Amino acid sequence: MGQTRGRIFFFLPALVLLAVFVVYPVANTVWLSFQTPDGEFAFFRNYADVLSEPEIVDLRGFKRGFPYGALIHNIIWIVIHLPLTVMLGLILAVILRDVKGGVLIKSIVFLGMVTPMVVGGIILRFLFDGSVGILPSFLALFGVKQRTLTAHPDTALFALIAGSLWLWTPFSMVLYSAGLETIPDYVYEAAVIDGASPLRIFFLITVPLLRPVTGVVVTMTFLWVLKIFDIVFVATMGGPGGASNVLALQMYMYAFREFNPNAAAVVATFLMIVALVVSIPTFRALRGDN
Amino acid sequence: MRMAGRSVSATFVLHAVAWLIALIWLVPFLGVFMASISPLSEVSRGWWKFDSFTPTFKNYIGAWNHPAAPISRGMLNSLKIAIPATIFPVLMASIAAYGFARFSFRGSNFLFIVVVALMTLPQQMIAVPLFRIMNQLGAVDSYAGLTVVHSAWGIPWILYFMRNYFSALPIEVEEAAKVDGASDWRIFLQIVMPMALPAVASSSVLQFMWVWSDFFLALILIYSPTKLLATQRVPLLRGVYHVDWGILAAGSIIVMAVPIIVFALMQRYYIRGMVGWVSK
Repeated sequence: MGQTRGRIFFFLPALVLLAVFVVYPVANTVWLSFQTPDGEFAFFRNYADVLSEPEIVDLRGFKRGFPYGALIHNIIWIVIHLPLTVMLGLILAVILRDVKGGVLIKSIVFLGMVTPMVVGGIILRFLFDGSVGILPSFLALFGVKQRTLTAHPDTALFALIAGSLWLWTPFSMVLYSAGLETIPDYVYEAAVIDGASPLRIFFLITVPLLRPVTGVVVTMTFLWVLKIFDIVFVATMGGPGGASNVLALQMYMYAFREFNPNAAAVVATFLMIVALVVSIPTFRALRGDN
Repeated sequence: MRMAGRSVSATFVLHAVAWLIALIWLVPFLGVFMASISPLSEVSRGWWKFDSFTPTFKNYIGAWNHPAAPISRGMLNSLKIAIPATIFPVLMASIAAYGFARFSFRGSNFLFIVVVALMTLPQQMIAVPLFRIMNQLGAVDSYAGLTVVHSAWGIPWILYFMRNYFSALPIEVEEAAKVDGASDWRIFLQIVMPMALPAVASSSVLQFMWVWSDFFLALILIYSPTKLLATQRVPLLRGVYHVDWGILAAGSIIVMAVPIIVFALMQRYYIRGMVGWVSK
């Protein structure tokens, strides 16, 4: 009896810390998102207000170009980033297995994964700089006007998306590489004996067998893009004129620059709900493993 | 073996594509590295022009002793956070993970799922109330405060990771010890933890790197110029009238060197920690 009661102390330290510094703040943020600044209950008015702010959704953007608002920018980010991360990671994992020096190439690609995102932001700013950056100089060879890509509304967001691909693809590559190891050699040997071409093997054996990995990659990439903050903060600060603003940065602006905690709570709660929804399938799958 | 089916030209294309990708991935890093060891005049002309190249170590000294945001101090400050903010959560989460793996009680499954769901949260979700709590506790702008927050934030995924590891350990050894009259804590500390050292290493490496690289929590909780962490100082190296790319690049490299060294030394554990999501 006393033995079993002592077991509560296995759980207590971690759970108390979580309750005070994570669960309570989460509940409080949800609560704030439904309140007016004076503390009255506002139902969904904050949500309606925030959604109609131009920094979140700017419909004029569809006539004039960037900025479209942080929410739309996040959507553009996902739409471009997600398929490219999945494809690049998969292709890299598959071809680097067969290429001489593949281990070295993997280490080079992997550097992005261990680079602090703040440093990643600086590197991007440098890469895209109009006078000292290599990319605008390189593009100038093909007649593209040489300018700082992160400082112009029509290119800033795309420059950041390219940068985030560069930093995040290693994750997808490593997961796919690990997934490939779990496919036994005899599967391939049988296919080769049957005369299957490399492309057929890739699409009919490798891709389907890696489906669980793809699920994890898609979820984690989705979460990563939702939370993207550091590289935007450092490289463009959401600019110019909000053209590369994203939700996580806008939340920070609302909370700590404009001192509007209720609007900040709305954005944060929205991010949390999307994060939870996209994670459900993965967690189901992970639990199924046990 | 797998190459058998491919023609010579296909093999060539494969290698060309692979090395082209490697080049694309390398160039941004190469750029900062070159900028960090070149005088500003040469960086301005383009770091990829090698006709005049006079390597210098000056930028590193400039970043290390920078008048406004010395990186040396930032490195020390970041270590003061990252070391305890790795030890505490790994310890607490491991203990709780063992509880979840071996002692079930009414609602323990539900509780575990809640903890796991916390892993997906964006940090923005806790920012405002956290700042208020810390303010009331007088822990804003203090390392103790930030360490506690990092510890709490790290617990869910470490707990999840460790629980999976504990669940996969053979239970017979523990049962034998129990028959011999060993207490739960004794079994945990003397039998289970020694077996779990690889998993402890994996979670420690990942947690250390995440705390070291964190920017958002530091940004909202630490603001005194002398207390700023390494990641907060890098953007401050930019300079006032013109961007001093050499110093900025050198500072960036100093700050990213720590996770790269940790990765180089602990690669096996790092990868295992990351891949633990897919294959157990």
